[in-house]
Amino acid sequence: MKNENLIQYIYGIADNVLILGQRLSELCGHGPNLETDIACTNIALDLLGQTRSYYQYAAQLSGEGKTEDDIAFLRNERQYKNVLLVEQPNRHFGYVITRQFLFDAFHLLLLEELQNSKDDTLVAIAKKGIKEVSYHQRFSSDWIKRLGDGTQESHKKVQEALDDLWRFTNELFLMTEDDKIALENGVGVNVLTLQEKYNQRIKEVLDEATLTIPETKYFQKGGKQGIHSEHMGYLLSDLQYMQRTYPNMKW
Amino acid sequence: MSEKEIKNLEEIFEQRIARDEKIEPKDWMPEKYRKTHIRQISQHAHSEIVGMLPEGNWITRAPSLRRKVALLAKVQDEAGHGLYLYSACETLGISRDELYDQLHTGKAKYSSIFNYPTITWADIGAIGWLVDGAAIINQVPLCNTSYGPYARAMIRVCKEESFHQRQGYEIIMTLAKGTPEQKEMAQDALNRWWWPSLMMLGPTDAESVHTAQSMKWKLKRKTNDELRQQFIDQTVPQADLIGLTIPDPDLKWNEETGHYDFGEIDWDEFWQVVKGHGPCNKERMSARVNAWEEGEWVRDAAMAYAKKQEGKKLKKAI
Repeated sequence: MKNENLIQYIYGIADNVLILGQRLSELCGHGPNLETDIACTNIALDLLGQTRSYYQYAAQLSGEGKTEDDIAFLRNERQYKNVLLVEQPNRHFGYVITRQFLFDAFHLLLLEELQNSKDDTLVAIAKKGIKEVSYHQRFSSDWIKRLGDGTQESHKKVQEALDDLWRFTNELFLMTEDDKIALENGVGVNVLTLQEKYNQRIKEVLDEATLTIPETKYFQKGGKQGIHSEHMGYLLSDLQYMQRTYPNMKW
Repeated sequence: MSEKEIKNLEEIFEQRIARDEKIEPKDWMPEKYRKTHIRQISQHAHSEIVGMLPEGNWITRAPSLRRKVALLAKVQDEAGHGLYLYSACETLGISRDELYDQLHTGKAKYSSIFNYPTITWADIGAIGWLVDGAAIINQVPLCNTSYGPYARAMIRVCKEESFHQRQGYEIIMTLAKGTPEQKEMAQDALNRWWWPSLMMLGPTDAESVHTAQSMKWKLKRKTNDELRQQFIDQTVPQADLIGLTIPDPDLKWNEETGHYDFGEIDWDEFWQVVKGHGPCNKERMSARVNAWEEGEWVRDAAMAYAKKQEGKKLKKAI
């Protein structure tokens, strides 16, 4: 497998955790109470830690003296390969939890499969990540249940978030060209095979939470091709601000 | 209880303090001791929580992944400090909701330093270096304070704060050694944070209303002016080492006293900020109140859900 394809494959996984980590870190200090504030920050820390492992590996593969920060901060919007789901804004806590829940279920399945990769570095990152993401999934599932089966207001709010965010879930299971090449080489995961388990897991929790998956005919996609929502540019202006304003400096 | 009995208890209590015994939540304590401790511990807890805001302001814009993770972890530590300080305070018979209410209505104070804005990345370094540095000087003596839960909380707080202080200094040092633009950023941050950091150690001894009583209860071991001098003596060489200039033309080493002499602090500014008219008092308070109000439905949901689960369990048991 060519390095370039592997690098792109890594971006496809790593950009999701970077962007979701960035979104969660916006909340630090503004949570509904101290305990959830600390928990959300924990998840952000895990995700950003994973991001670093992926990017350090990608930087090493690309040679050229690249660093993790070049990859994180100095690409253009079209070069980020995260799915649309993770860049959706923190409209309210119901959105934060629903976005997390919809991603965590996928993330855990993905890492479980990635453990079987022929690429030792990816296997190591996946193994470490599984422990963290299992916790994330437990946290977001518990909160989905609390909000769904809590008060009338919380039920309404979290259902509203689900109705809105569900249309972004299909994209998680689309295979890009780089995904296909990685799969053929025994490095990548066949995400197509994860969808059934994913739907099962999601339904289980939503049933308990008395929430329903909306009937959706039209799903949104584009992130994996670098075609993002209008939110992405603003997220990147924050993320890249220092590196763009003060190029080539050490921090 | 008769007056004589109370007097007797008070005497025993003062003797225990004199013997450096720890006072625990279930022990008898004078009402004033309890109130003073609620005031100070909650003020400290509020400072941790409000203090998350100026630094949180830079998490999404941190210049490298390493710095972003470190800052996020640091701000999370502050939340943790808040959590165990509120818990320590609750042992004195007040609820966290009541404490929040005091903060949100302006009845309780928090450290004024957090009412200054963080306008460049260097401010994150300056806060760690100077603000956490001054905080440690204030807080280390509290590890031996008379109220047990507070003293124990402070041991953990101080360990983490000294890590933060080193981290902040390392940020500033990196900038000071960097490009001219970075060095200028570091100097500018020092210029803006120096004086407010000195004010953090509190009003001069002559103006400090709580000092005498607090010294007696070992809630305070040194006076504000002593602590301030210690902070200056410790920090000036650190600035020298990385080639930054303390923004005080009157700063001078005094051979005779073995301390630095320093210039006049602008106490009008101090009182202005304490009374709510600093650059960010309004912003900080509205951020806290917003987070609390917008989180209400979430907290209500968690309570309602827990009740339902409890009901289900009970049904099963029957």
